[in-house]
Amino acid sequence: MKELDELYQSVILDHNRSPRNFHRLEGATAHAEGRNPLCGDQFEIWLKLDGELIADVAFLGQGCAISKASASMMTQAIKGKTVAEARALFEQFHQVVAGAGEEKLPAKLEVFRGVSAFPIRVKCATLSWHAMKQALEKRNHAVP
Amino acid sequence: MTTLTAIGRTATPWDVARVRADFPILSREVHGRPLVYLDSAATAQKPRAVIDAISRYYETGNANVHRGVHALSQEATNGYEAVRVLASRFLGAASPHEIVFTSGTTAGLNLVAQSYGGSTLRPGDEILVSEMEHHSNLVPWQLVAERTGAAVRPIPIMESGGLDLAAFEKLLSGRTRIVAVTHASNVIGAINPINAIAAMAHEVGAVVVVDGAQSAPHLRVDLQAIDCDFFTCSGHKLYGPTGIGLLYGKYTLLEQMPPWQGGGGMIRDVRIDRSTFAPPPERFEAGTPPIAEVVGLGAAIEYVMQWDWEALVGYEQDLVAEAAQRLAKVPGVRILGEGADRVSVLSFVMEGIHPHDAGTVLDTLGIAVRAGHHCCQPLMRRFGVPATIRASFGAYNTLDEVEALVSGLGQVRRVLGA
Ligand SMILES: Cc1ncc(COP(=O)(O)O)c(C=O)c1O
Repeated sequence: MKELDELYQSVILDHNRSPRNFHRLEGATAHAEGRNPLCGDQFEIWLKLDGELIADVAFLGQGCAISKASASMMTQAIKGKTVAEARALFEQFHQVVAGAGEEKLPAKLEVFRGVSAFPIRVKCATLSWHAMKQALEKRNHAVP
Repeated sequence: MTTLTAIGRTATPWDVARVRADFPILSREVHGRPLVYLDSAATAQKPRAVIDAISRYYETGNANVHRGVHALSQEATNGYEAVRVLASRFLGAASPHEIVFTSGTTAGLNLVAQSYGGSTLRPGDEILVSEMEHHSNLVPWQLVAERTGAAVRPIPIMESGGLDLAAFEKLLSGRTRIVAVTHASNVIGAINPINAIAAMAHEVGAVVVVDGAQSAPHLRVDLQAIDCDFFTCSGHKLYGPTGIGLLYGKYTLLEQMPPWQGGGGMIRDVRIDRSTFAPPPERFEAGTPPIAEVVGLGAAIEYVMQWDWEALVGYEQDLVAEAAQRLAKVPGVRILGEGADRVSVLSFVMEGIHPHDAGTVLDTLGIAVRAGHHCCQPLMRRFGVPATIRASFGAYNTLDEVEALVSGLGQVRRVLGA
C-alpha cells in the first residue's frame, strides 16, 4: 500500500530507532508533558530559553514510531529558532498532518505529510508539538 | 473455510461457515481486502437475527413499557419482561427478579459500587480488586472508597497471568467487605477461578462482584455453580446491541440496596418530600429503559442459546491456542500471561515495534485488532509494557484468519524495518 510506505519512510523509522535530543535537559527553563490517555503515549519536553531564543530542547518518553519520530524531528527543527518561529511552525505542521495545509514544511518535516492519509494518527504526530506549545505558554513556571 | 476438524482437538465439530453466514458484516471489505475481524472483545458483530429483531420492534411493536393501558404498550412490556426471564435462564439466576437491565457492564459495576458499596462501606473497610481489572471494575471502587473512607487493595497476578490465590488468601481479613474480580481478562484472556475466590471471600463475610464482560460470550456461565453475589455483562460483546447490559445480584442483597438513580418506574409511592421504592429489579431501572436494545439482547441470547456451547468453547479455545503457538514463532513476539487458562483473547508485544504502528499496518490489510492499553493500565504496568496488540476471537473467526494475522505480522516487520 502506497500510503503505508509514505507514512513509514526510512527517516521516520530512523528517528524512531535513534531519537535525537532524547534526554532530560539540565538547566531547562520551560517544561511540559504530553499524554494521550486513549493510547498511553507519553512524552516530556524541556526547553532552554535565552530571551526569545530556543537555545536548547530535549525530550523523553514513549510512544509509537510516528509520535517518537515527530518529537525527535521537532527538537531539531526548533533548536535555534525564536519562540514566535516555533509557534508558527507548530501551526504549519498541524495543518499539514491534518490534511488542511498545502504549504511546504521545512524540508525534513515534509516526511510527515503522509500522516494525513491516516486521520487516526494525527494525534500521534502532534502530541509532542502540543507539549512544546504548552511549555512555551508556561515558560516562567518552575521546571521539575 | 477452516472447520474445527482441521484444528482437530475437540470431539464436537463447530460449523463456523454456518455461523459466519449469519453475520452480514463479515462479507464486507476493508481497504479492498476481506475483513478479518479480530476485535470481538471490544464489541462483537451482530447476527441477522438481532438486526432484524430491532427493526421489527420499531416497525411493528414500538411503545413505552410499564405505563400504557393500550395494546402496544402491553406487548412491549411483555416482550421486555420475557427477555428478563430469558436472561435469567441464560446466566442461571435463581429468579428473573435477580436480573437488572443496565446500559452495560460499566453501569452494572457503578450501580453495585454506589448502591451496595455506598450504603455498606465504613472507614477502614477494604475492597479487593485484581491487577487485571478493566478500569470499569476499578475506578467505581476508588470513587466509593473515597466517599466512605474504605480502601482499595490490589490482588496481585503472577507472571503466568493467573491470579495469585495465595496472596489473595493473605489479603482476606475481617476488614474485607467486597472482592471485585473479572471472570476473564479482556487483555490476556486469563480465566479466574470464581468458585474458589467466592468460597474464600464468603469465609470472611465479603461479597464477590464479578465482571463477566468477557466470560459471558466465551464460557457457559452458571451463576448457581459460580456462587458469586453480583455478576454483570454487556449485550454488545454477546453479539447483541450496544447500550444494554445485565446485572445479576442475589435477591437478598438487591433487596437491601438503596436506589441508584431516581425517576419514573422505580417508585412505590411519591410525596413531595419523600418516596418509597419498588422492589428489585424495578428499583434499579429508573426512567424509560432502552427497550429496543432489550429486544435486541433477547434475540442475541436466543441466538447463542441455540448453539452447542461445548463445541463453541472447544473451538474457540483451540483457535486461541493455535494462534498463540503460531504467533510465538514470529521473531520478536512475546505473548503476555502465557501460562493461564484463557478465553479466546490474546495480547502480545513485538520487539522494537509499537502496537499502534503494528495496528495501522494490519488495518491496511483488512485486519482489525486492538492496540493500546485496553483500559487496563495497572495490568500494563504489571507486565512492564505501555501497550499491547490484542487479537480476540469470536464464534465466527477461523483458522484462516489466524493465519492472516500471522502473515500480517510479517508485513508489519517489513514496513517497520524490524
Ligand atoms: C473485562 C471488561 N470489563 C468491563 C468492560 C466495559 O464494558 P462496557 O464498555 O460495555 O460497559 C469491558 C469492555 O470494554 C471489559 O472487557
